[in-house]
Amino acid sequence: MAMRLELRLERSRKLEVLVPVVSVLLSLVVCAVLLLSTGTNPLTAYGAMLKEAFGTSYGFGEVLVKATPLILCGLGVMLAFKMMFWNIGAEGQLHMGAWGATAVVMTGWDASAWLMIPAMMLGGFAAGALWALIPAYLKVKLNTNEIITTLLLNYVAILWVAHFIYGPWKDPTSFGFPMTKQFPDGAQLLRFGDSRVHLGLVFALLIAVALYFIQEKSRWGFEIAVTGSNPRAAEYAGMNAGRNILLVMLLSGGLAGIAGMVEVSGIQLKLLKDISPHAAPYGYTAIIIAWLARRNPWGVVLVSILMGGLYVGGETVQITMKLPVNIVLIIQALILFFVLGGDILSRYRLVFDRKEALSGG
Amino acid sequence: MVGGNKIAVALSGITKRFPGVIANDQVDLELLEGEIHTLLGENGAGKSTLMNVLTGIYRPDAGTISIWGKAVQLENPKDAIEQGIGMVHQSFKLVPTHTVTENIVLGLGRGLAPVKIEEAQTKVAELSAQYGVKVDPAAYVWQLSIGEQQRVEILKILFRGAKILLLDEPTAVLTPQEADELFVTLRSMRAKGHSIVFISHKLDEVMAISDRVTVLRGGKNVGTVLVKDTNPQSLSNLMVGREIKFATFPRKEALGDPVLEVEGVHALNSRGLPALRDITFSVAAGEILGFAGVAGNGQQELAEVITGLLEPTAGSVRVNGVDMTRESARRFIDAGVSYVPADRHGVATVADMSLSHNFVLRRYREPKFAKGPFLNFAAAVGYARRLIKEFNISTPSHATPIRSLSGGNLQKVILAREMTTRHRLLVVMSATRGLDVGATEFVRETLNEHRHKGRAIVLISEDLEELLSLTNRIAVLFHGEIMGILDADKAEIASLGLMMAGQAQAEVA
Ligand SMILES: Nc1ncnc2c1ncn2[C@@H]1O[C@H](COP(=O)(O)OP(=O)(O)OP(=O)(O)O)[C@@H](O)[C@H]1O
Ligand SMILES: [Mg+2]
Repeated sequence: MAMRLELRLERSRKLEVLVPVVSVLLSLVVCAVLLLSTGTNPLTAYGAMLKEAFGTSYGFGEVLVKATPLILCGLGVMLAFKMMFWNIGAEGQLHMGAWGATAVVMTGWDASAWLMIPAMMLGGFAAGALWALIPAYLKVKLNTNEIITTLLLNYVAILWVAHFIYGPWKDPTSFGFPMTKQFPDGAQLLRFGDSRVHLGLVFALLIAVALYFIQEKSRWGFEIAVTGSNPRAAEYAGMNAGRNILLVMLLSGGLAGIAGMVEVSGIQLKLLKDISPHAAPYGYTAIIIAWLARRNPWGVVLVSILMGGLYVGGETVQITMKLPVNIVLIIQALILFFVLGGDILSRYRLVFDRKEALSGG
Repeated sequence: MVGGNKIAVALSGITKRFPGVIANDQVDLELLEGEIHTLLGENGAGKSTLMNVLTGIYRPDAGTISIWGKAVQLENPKDAIEQGIGMVHQSFKLVPTHTVTENIVLGLGRGLAPVKIEEAQTKVAELSAQYGVKVDPAAYVWQLSIGEQQRVEILKILFRGAKILLLDEPTAVLTPQEADELFVTLRSMRAKGHSIVFISHKLDEVMAISDRVTVLRGGKNVGTVLVKDTNPQSLSNLMVGREIKFATFPRKEALGDPVLEVEGVHALNSRGLPALRDITFSVAAGEILGFAGVAGNGQQELAEVITGLLEPTAGSVRVNGVDMTRESARRFIDAGVSYVPADRHGVATVADMSLSHNFVLRRYREPKFAKGPFLNFAAAVGYARRLIKEFNISTPSHATPIRSLSGGNLQKVILAREMTTRHRLLVVMSATRGLDVGATEFVRETLNEHRHKGRAIVLISEDLEELLSLTNRIAVLFHGEIMGILDADKAEIASLGLMMAGQAQAEVA
């Protein structure tokens, strides 16, 4: 019996919603099997994760802390994906943003937060945007494959940051640790109460609202959607594809840059090596988020919070149940796997051939 | 009718619903052995849907299908092929970089029994001789004209041993000569006992080729008649429930200033080969200039050059007296140039977007559809509602994705959009292709109206009769050159035909 995929002419609405939900559930099931094989009761583990992330106010605060950069990166990736520009480089753009914001501080300038924070945001945005413009420009001028260029530039950005914290910006009093010295008060984002939730979350939500209007309501958003859906129709409609690629990547990289800025200014309070979690870097998780959220800004906010829960829950079971931190990564990878698989199934239907095929004669 | 009266296909009570529409409503249909059976009906009447049911692409919501007297379930196209049913769709699915034979056997060989190309090639050659389908089995598909590609699709079906052929508007993409050749092939298939379902909006073709005609209206079968017992007038009565008058179009006496002036234009096609050579002409306000020619002689490039989508390598293009040679498509739109491209799926519309969005595809910058930086969606919806009514577009709503419109209704959407702008110049390729009789008349009348309002129109078409009845002058394109420009009043089909085959006007006259 042979199997093959066949294009569905009638695309199903129900599947569009069902696919992301089922993919998440399936990935939890598969991960449960993995957990069982290591002798852990998956229900206990999931229960602990859920309780820690969404059952305590401290835990939920930490969820929001993780969600903040995820929302910002996710929105940037979403916008690029909307135009079918495959920006895999949010991780690098985030690092450059962190670097750009830090550069403002490293000038030695010390002013009130009213001046410092906007300047740092500008620095973060500009650095992330510039970093994203490199692959955009190469795409427009030379038609290079952006998946490769954006991905490779991630490694360059991470090394660039490393160069500064091991070299010129290294705090001489850090006992050799690669990090800058702590930012002055004016360069630190306001935190709420005694949690680590900071003003960056408010920025992220405001930007989500703005992006909703840009992407769904504006004429430019219409251009992006048309270009993503049918580039030849976009050309026919007099839209300037090259200019739009540059502008979209400017915003996309800029938002990831702001994610980097709020991370250093709201959480780390200095520039150091692991501004993005090593096991599941924000910039890569953002790709999964944008896809799961069906390129919808509200979806990005929601999925980012759920993903934040996965991070926090994962850390908890790592500590309390001695599970490897990679469990977060595994679940994420499984989700992406099932979403992509589900996407194919919502566009094609699986057909089983019962009889043998005709022979060529 | 040849052969006995064996029933090849019997459809009974076929119903197919889509969200908001009943595309097929309890349709009964019998296709006999050795019969050419035409499906006739207005745009959106459900013809293509019925054929897609018969090829297993759609599953009917109700009804039964039997093939040669045996009830069957067609779950997918493979099942249909096994039942000996093959379909030629309007857009072909060939691989350009493969040869004709390779395309024909593609997907046939499986696992350990690969297809032997030489054997296949001989068989293809035999089939093509047997049925009078002229095509070189060793040629690459990219070298073939649209008409030849269609022949490959037909050979592919014959190669698989199909006895039942479904052809959805095959002549819409053919020149009159190619259509005649297709008819020769169809007749020889009929003589060999094949059963054929033919779809066309051209009544003279229908009268010429079919044995019986079934008319669909609003998804229902409203009658099956023998062709020898009917005539075009009563067919169109059945089809639309009223008489259709065929108007003649008086030309405008006094023409205005030139709107489009093209001088010495040379251009390359997408493969970088010369496609236009030294093209010079002008169109005045109040004039329709027709371009005749066999497809692939530079029509596409010409249309793109005068709408800003292709930059000429030499020469100049002026619109309203302003040099636009190096300007972008955007500037052409702003200057009032409307354009109906030939490729309606690939270029003219965005399949996944709604009718409303597609109606403003080239107009979203206009103050009417803008609210500051935002799209005035309410205005777009209002505009969509108006055009759906005015152009009689059959669709469940303005929010329906373009993808689910029937072929003719899609064409209406594009025409409606381009004809309702405040254009100075309208460039139209194959204006009435795929439109039913009523819609064809409506579009011709509208084009004529625009001419009398003082707009300039370039009409690129393979339909000589349409060109002769509508245009002021007709230019003939051959190998990227203009062979001559004739007054439509004095032009004759015969001399146009000679020019289309490459003779200069002087030699013809
Ligand atoms: N995949 C689909 N999804 C939703 N509606 C559809 C789909 N395919 C067809 N329809 C609707 O079904 C009706 C019949 O369409 P169909 O394509 O069969 O018409 P047709 O007779 O072939 O018309 P035409 O002459 O314009 O090609 C139309 O109203 C069309 O909008
Ligand atoms: Mg059709």
